[in-house]
Amino acid sequence: MSAAGHFAYWVTIFLLMAGLYILIARGNLIKKLVGMSIFQTSVYLLYIAPGKLIGGTAPIFAEQFKVYSNPLPHVLILTAIVVGVATLALGLALVVRIREAYDTIEEDEILALDDKLEREKE
Amino acid sequence: MIAAQTAIVAALLVPLAGALAISLLGRWPNLREAATLTTAALLFFCVVSLLGPVSAGARPELTLFEMLPGLPIAFRVEPLGMLFALVASGLWIVNSLYSIGYMRGNNEQKQTRFYVCFAGALAAAMGIAFAGNLLTLFLFYEALTLITYPLVTHKGHEEAKRGGRTYLALLIGTSMLFLLPAIAFTWHVAGTLDFAAGGILAGKLSGTALAALLALYMFGIGKAALMPMHRWLPAAMVAPTPVSALLHAVAVVKAGVFCVLKVVVYVFGAETLSSGAAAWLPWVAGFTIIAASTVALYADNLKRRLAYSTVSQLSYVVLGAALLAPYSLVAAAFHIAAHALGKITLFFAAGAIYTAAHKTKVSELDGIGRLMPWTMGAFVVGALSMIGLPPAAGFVSKWYLLSGAMSAGHWAVVAVLTMSTLLNAGYFAPIVYRAFFRAPAAGQGHDAHHAHGEAPLPMVIALTLTAAGTVLLFFFPDVPLELGRAMLKG
Amino acid sequence: MISAHLPALQVALPLIAAPLMVLVRRGGIAYGMMLAVAWISLLISLLLAQQVADHGPISYHLGSWAPPWGIEYRVDALSAFVLVLVSLAAAAVVPYSRRSVEAEVSREQHYLFYAMFALCLTGLLGITITGDAFNIFVFLEVSSLSTYVLIALGRDRRALTAAYQYLIMGTIGATFIVIGVGLLYLMTGSLNLVDIAQRLPDVAERRPVLAALAFLTVGISLKLALFPLHLWLPNAYTYAPSSISAFLAATATKVSVYVLIRFYYSVFGETLVFKELPVPLVLLALSLAAMFIASFAALYQENLKRLFAYSSVAQIGYITLGLSLDSVGGLSAAIVHLFNHALAKGALFMLLGGIMLRTGGVSLHCVCGLARRMPLTTFGIVIAGLSLIGVPGTAGFVSKWALITAALEAGLWWLVLLIVASSLLAVAYVWRFVEAAYLRAPAPEATEKIEAPWSMLVPAWVLVALSVYLGFDTRFTLGGATRAAQMLFGAGG
Repeated sequence: MSAAGHFAYWVTIFLLMAGLYILIARGNLIKKLVGMSIFQTSVYLLYIAPGKLIGGTAPIFAEQFKVYSNPLPHVLILTAIVVGVATLALGLALVVRIREAYDTIEEDEILALDDKLEREKE
Repeated sequence: MIAAQTAIVAALLVPLAGALAISLLGRWPNLREAATLTTAALLFFCVVSLLGPVSAGARPELTLFEMLPGLPIAFRVEPLGMLFALVASGLWIVNSLYSIGYMRGNNEQKQTRFYVCFAGALAAAMGIAFAGNLLTLFLFYEALTLITYPLVTHKGHEEAKRGGRTYLALLIGTSMLFLLPAIAFTWHVAGTLDFAAGGILAGKLSGTALAALLALYMFGIGKAALMPMHRWLPAAMVAPTPVSALLHAVAVVKAGVFCVLKVVVYVFGAETLSSGAAAWLPWVAGFTIIAASTVALYADNLKRRLAYSTVSQLSYVVLGAALLAPYSLVAAAFHIAAHALGKITLFFAAGAIYTAAHKTKVSELDGIGRLMPWTMGAFVVGALSMIGLPPAAGFVSKWYLLSGAMSAGHWAVVAVLTMSTLLNAGYFAPIVYRAFFRAPAAGQGHDAHHAHGEAPLPMVIALTLTAAGTVLLFFFPDVPLELGRAMLKG
Repeated sequence: MISAHLPALQVALPLIAAPLMVLVRRGGIAYGMMLAVAWISLLISLLLAQQVADHGPISYHLGSWAPPWGIEYRVDALSAFVLVLVSLAAAAVVPYSRRSVEAEVSREQHYLFYAMFALCLTGLLGITITGDAFNIFVFLEVSSLSTYVLIALGRDRRALTAAYQYLIMGTIGATFIVIGVGLLYLMTGSLNLVDIAQRLPDVAERRPVLAALAFLTVGISLKLALFPLHLWLPNAYTYAPSSISAFLAATATKVSVYVLIRFYYSVFGETLVFKELPVPLVLLALSLAAMFIASFAALYQENLKRLFAYSSVAQIGYITLGLSLDSVGGLSAAIVHLFNHALAKGALFMLLGGIMLRTGGVSLHCVCGLARRMPLTTFGIVIAGLSLIGVPGTAGFVSKWALITAALEAGLWWLVLLIVASSLLAVAYVWRFVEAAYLRAPAPEATEKIEAPWSMLVPAWVLVALSVYLGFDTRFTLGGATRAAQMLFGAGG
């Protein structure tokens, strides 16, 4: 297959890398979660794209449908989406609590606050 | 007479049960001390009941259960272990008597914990003495280190903590770093860890590998205090004197040299080693003897001087093992008993001086022999034994050691022994001289104001007993010698 | 016959209990339910282990759908072993939780705590029992998400950031695992582990398979805190509620190790992973790094929970070291250490929880002179610490012995020296506690006895006692681990 034939994979890899980069490089806790979401979404594509055949339909046992797309990845990804949503929700809830506790959602400021606390203890 | 196997189990369980009883009776000191003495007596009885069968050639065995695949916890009483067990358990009785006087005389803290740990240490020592394979030996060896740690750090102050650190670092360090790999390697090569006459490594290893394995064992058994692994012994002197006396002159250090002998005789086999793999060992042992004696010469703290003397005396045993000659091996076994009796007497004397006169330094001992004639008399006997002069037991072991060295044609060893005798005399004679022939220094601190006499009675009784034992062993050395000879036959 | 459905019950029981707890909304009832669930789980896992020992591996078809289409629950010597470990840890931690949760979690959240605990248990048991690759991911996320919540329930506000950090790292790890599973699925068309293993040799294109292996390795390594991917672990263990620290320390990383072993040996096969790729070398290097660097880090910690968290990272190094030796001996050393370390660390964190409850902190200066005030707690910590060191007579020695003999078998004598040297570092950090607790004087006003409550002491001491008992009786641990290792090598070819 040519590079164009791998189109879906290129997109997947791009999203994967972009998401991972945001996740690592950003200090804002919300932005990190955005990156995480993109990162997870790229995987959905990785599963779905190979399952789809051009012109394929849902697997219905009938004369007129000869070419099926594989339904299993869709089902799997449905599960993965649920997991992703739950993770995102939990992450956001944590960020809310962190903001209540620290009054900031910037990672370096939080670290600085903790360090300060530690020093005061001593 | 109880059955041999029961006696083995009892020898392990009696001190443990004693520890339990002591901890339960902690609130009533008199009952607690009675429990200690009863336990010690019972233990000695158990051990003695084994002596008959073992001398008659029986080797009672007991296999408890398999700990690791193919490696059971097993016990086998052979002559050498018998000797070690006799010495340790017999001296425990005397030492308990002494401890009572010492701990009460000095108002020490946490006495219950002290007696509990002591009983535990004896249980571990019995396990070492009767171990039937290296795994069992190692198990009790480590247990002995750990159970004596609270005794070393008993006083709890900064110095005790430092001493405890050195103690643990060197003993655990060497045993984990060298002894455990050595045992694992032996298991890997020989496929067994049982002690067997003639060794289990015969024909399995040779050359450098054999020498390296021997080195792992010799330095791994840190309790034998071969230089440079000896530092823990002076560090342990921070402990109360009864601990130094029984554990760091008898149980712990003797466990070390006992392991050395056991490894040389029953794991390697004298014949396997005579190929030259052990050629370096007499040099290291000889160096330790001379170097430690020299340090002792300059140590002003009495217990420290005794500790370095122990380091040097322990290497007599290692030296005896290293020469691999029948005479020297017997000497090594005998010296375990001889040195134990002599050194415990010396420590008892040092503790008595501390309790009665609060003195710890050699330079403060002027004229003390007149105030404490029994104590210093016993001290003289102990010193004679260390130097190796009749009528003390140390003479017998030195005699055999010299015979062994000459029969092996090891003239360097003969020179070392001669020199060490001079050094020993050099560091003990001044003490005796000061004690008896110098007038007490006048106007030194509070001592000048009240003339003290002997230490509490139990202590004096204890040190008199061990001094008498040292002399008796000179005249009647048969039991240890017989056991030593039986060891050679396996 | 109920015994035929034990595999399903093992997972379904805590899974059903969790929403029920949320429905009843009563902390006390939730606790009772959780206790019942944990103990029944232990019973089930023991019965399963017995069945496996008697009749060989169990293959349970969920909903009677035959694999590879349906989801298969598969219990073999290895998974039975890990199931016992996980449910044993839960059975010990749950009774312990009551007092510690009362002290550390606000009252209206109690029922949620236990519901999350049940879900976490579900996830961990599910990962272990399932024979389906995607199912592993789902259960992994079930356990992870509930763990994030549980950690965030800690009293300190840093628990929140620790949970967040773990959430980010954990999600990256989980996503890597899904990618790996996806690639495997693309190449073989199957999600059943056994089925994938059978089809993999026929796959012509090797590169995606290798990519899958790489993704899975990194993803799982994140979850098992393999050095240097361990950064989430110290904070998570330090700030989580005490009972959760104990449960996680005993189970979470261990289950991840199980997944790694499963993928390496049962799916990719020993030949591919260990013979054709430099995996053993990499694992060896990382394990050694973990053993030394994490132990050194532990030496400099003031907070005891953090100290022992770093020690966990180091001990995981031992486990992966066993893996890297690629022999029956090495693998069984890894598996047996999984169990022995879990016991010791579980006990340690439980006892530390008691100190937390009584003195309000677990830093080294909090434990000064504590031996007189909490004798049972401190003595328990010492014994568990001895097991970490690997002193003979404790379970830790058994694993160390297994590891050393395996290294000797492989002819790596220098490795033996490194193993024993790193255990000396364990002596050093355990002794920092001993000196503080036994040899330093307590604050003058603090002299009364404050021993932890019985409900916390007894479960912890059960684990301590097991740590000692299993140092002598190794039939279940070393025997079970060796059987599992032989099975994996037999299956791997």
